[in-house]
Amino acid sequence: MASPMEQFEIQEGLQLPTVPLPGGLSVDLSLNNSIMAMLIAAGLIIAFFAIATSRAAVVPGRMQLIAEGLFSYIDDMAHGIIGHESRKFFPYVFSIFLFVLSMNMLGMFLSFTATSQLAVTVTLALMTFLIVLVVGFLRNGANMYKLFVPSGVPWYMLFLVTPIEIISFFLRPVTLALRLFGNMLGGHVALKVFAGFIPALAGLGAVGVVGAVLPLAGVVALTSLEFLVAFLQAFVFAVLTCVYLNDVVNLGDHH
Amino acid sequence: MEAEAAKFIGAGLATLGMIGAGIGVGTIFGNFLSGATRNPSAAGGQFTNLILGAALTEALGILAFVLGLLILFS
Repeated sequence: MASPMEQFEIQEGLQLPTVPLPGGLSVDLSLNNSIMAMLIAAGLIIAFFAIATSRAAVVPGRMQLIAEGLFSYIDDMAHGIIGHESRKFFPYVFSIFLFVLSMNMLGMFLSFTATSQLAVTVTLALMTFLIVLVVGFLRNGANMYKLFVPSGVPWYMLFLVTPIEIISFFLRPVTLALRLFGNMLGGHVALKVFAGFIPALAGLGAVGVVGAVLPLAGVVALTSLEFLVAFLQAFVFAVLTCVYLNDVVNLGDHH
Repeated sequence: MEAEAAKFIGAGLATLGMIGAGIGVGTIFGNFLSGATRNPSAAGGQFTNLILGAALTEALGILAFVLGLLILFS
């Protein structure tokens, strides 16, 4: 029987030439299953919003209602965390949310989940981390040190607090990437392990077939749980992006 | 003891770190529920904080899980 880890293997697909870029870099345009999953996910988002907004009306139809619901859900969340400047960062937060959600949900229907690849989640986490750094330095300049020196802390405690704050700041992209990766990987491994019990039990004869009902019910229950996790992890990624942005956007103000 | 066997035992031990994450996430949701049943009108506004706390706690458990995978597959 196939190992439960086999679903995460990268399979080479269409071979395309390597294109050189200016600056001595080059990009390999070959398609594999991970890239295909990401392309389908991005294409689905574009197609969905193109159809939903093509006949935009004051009284929304079904598709427009879903699109507007998603939009206002993330907008309210970003406004609640970042405050009145949330609209500046909303496009990034919403794009990340939709892309992760689309990849997670697609992973429930296809045999491959793009977000269960560490390379994908690390790229998304690094994008967030770099945007936080760039926004922080552009807005605060040299005042960025306040991120590591919380106000109202006695000076002798700073020897303890500052190293902890610095470590936790640089662990953010690591945990951001590992959370999404670990959740998707763990969930899909658990699904396949439980599914593997069904043929193993059913092969034991009549008693085994009756016993196989248990893991079958488990797989059905786990699948519905995975749909919840797929949405929740996308939401968590967006929330944490907002929280990290809020740290640098509203640096020093308490609100 | 064979190296292969020690690897499996080590991977199993590494995932024990998820116990702490389980306790933590359980505490968060339990306390949220007890708070929400006392004041249901304030519960909706705290949903983001609930998910945020659960996600931050869960990340530590995921670290243990990933460590177990690293031991097993490398």
